Amino acid sequence: MSEAKPKDESGPRAERALRLLLPIVVLGLTVVLWGAVVRWRGIPPYVLPGPELVFTTLVADWAMLSEALAVTLLTTLQGFVLAAVGGIGLAVLFNQSRLIEYSLYPYAVILQVTPIVAIAPLLLVYLPQPAAVLACAWIVAFFPVLANTTLGLNSVDRNLADLFRLYGATRWQVLWELKLPAALPYILGGLKIAGGLSLIGAVVAEIAAGSAGAGSGLAYRIVEAGYRLNIPRMFAALLLLSAAGVVIFFALALVSHLLLRRWHESALAREV
Amino acid sequence: MPAPVIAPPASSGPAVVALDGVGKTFANGVVALDRLDLDVRPGEFVSLLGPSGCGKSTALRIIAGLSAPSRGRVAWGEGGAATAGPHRIGFVFQEPTLMPWATVAANVRLPLKLAGLTPDAPARVDAALARVGLDGFAQSYPRELSGGMKMRASIARALVTEPGLLLMDEPFAALDEITRFRLNNDLLTLWQALRKTVVFVTHSVFESVYLSQRIVVMTPRPGRVFTELAIEAPHPRDERFRTSADYAGYCRLVSEALSGAIAAGER
Repeated sequence: MSEAKPKDESGPRAERALRLLLPIVVLGLTVVLWGAVVRWRGIPPYVLPGPELVFTTLVADWAMLSEALAVTLLTTLQGFVLAAVGGIGLAVLFNQSRLIEYSLYPYAVILQVTPIVAIAPLLLVYLPQPAAVLACAWIVAFFPVLANTTLGLNSVDRNLADLFRLYGATRWQVLWELKLPAALPYILGGLKIAGGLSLIGAVVAEIAAGSAGAGSGLAYRIVEAGYRLNIPRMFAALLLLSAAGVVIFFALALVSHLLLRRWHESALAREV
Repeated sequence: MPAPVIAPPASSGPAVVALDGVGKTFANGVVALDRLDLDVRPGEFVSLLGPSGCGKSTALRIIAGLSAPSRGRVAWGEGGAATAGPHRIGFVFQEPTLMPWATVAANVRLPLKLAGLTPDAPARVDAALARVGLDGFAQSYPRELSGGMKMRASIARALVTEPGLLLMDEPFAALDEITRFRLNNDLLTLWQALRKTVVFVTHSVFESVYLSQRIVVMTPRPGRVFTELAIEAPHPRDERFRTSADYAGYCRLVSEALSGAIAAGER
């Protein structure tokens, strides 16, 4: 028995190190292989640039790319905040009034199932370009927040709801003290999806706008570089976009963990 | 062998709450309760005993005002319905029913918070926690507690408004035997110290005999009173009572009554 104990303690730590280390090793191997193939086969940079060239392009074009990144990130953030406020707000409204829910929910679904790529050009016709891009980011991101929050608000423990009734809780107290805390894990799940989606919405709208000849976001830079056959810059911009997506995902996962770690099953470490 | 007593017990006076011909039919046509008559007298410990489906939980929910009777009426003593306000009743559910996102102290404080009674809330919460033996756990979260401790927190929450009437719906059914026995003892101690009126729903013959002064045996589908038995063993009761011949005798008596009730329900 005493021999098993140190093994138990080192187990999770070794596992965590592996989880961190293995993706990095895979990334390193992929980059090396990519560089080797490009060099040995003599692939020209306008077909597939090597990793060194992508990196030097990233450094050389940093001024332009970082500015574009800031534009895209700002749109994403605004779209995300609007989606969070709109999704949670609408879900609370639906929860308080069946009539409003029945009237509006089908349209929220329609907005969600219509492909954003098809809506973006229309929005660009009717709205000034920054507003259209923002609207796209909002449309794709708000539905998961709405759907998850609605689910959460309806998942309240029945006995707890009875308890609130027994003590004569007001509608506001039930919402604030019971329904919203109970829905928090669901809301955070929705926000985690919405973070990635608002980036996608912003990129789709920028690409649609880019072909109309306006815009300065990262996606627009990709389209522009494509026209100029500047493939290394396309790769560099793409790299920044996926890095932004990864950072958004981890930031939201961290917020979720910090809010739930004391009480929710999803955030608890389990002893095996 | 105790003498079989099938009569109202010694404790008398006007009823705290009286159910008069109360019936409940659910929207799907199920008759949960059919003409239930029940007087709950001040300070008594009365159990509703019956098989599942006899409507004993429904009766408790009707007393608490969580469910409206389809027939009959609920009459409140001591000045009528005015005293039947939310603070006069404590309710303990079958599950602990704690808010998982809030600490034990916040859970116990909830009834006071909902009623807007804040000035002396911390002191009352501390007192309620001390009463159930959870002094050191105010800042713990429910998931950090064992099943028995969660139930203690739930009882503390029911006591924090100092209600006259405590309604308990099979509160210990999900606990292991050792924990259940300890909570039985602690509940009796609390009852003796605080002199609350307790209506306790259970499907356990042994638990009802150990705790109660009076047992109301109910028939299943539809639920109504089959018979009432007084358990006249003196309080305080302890582990010696649990192993006594008197206890065994009462258990046999109540078991027979319960079998009779089930047979009556099947006819």
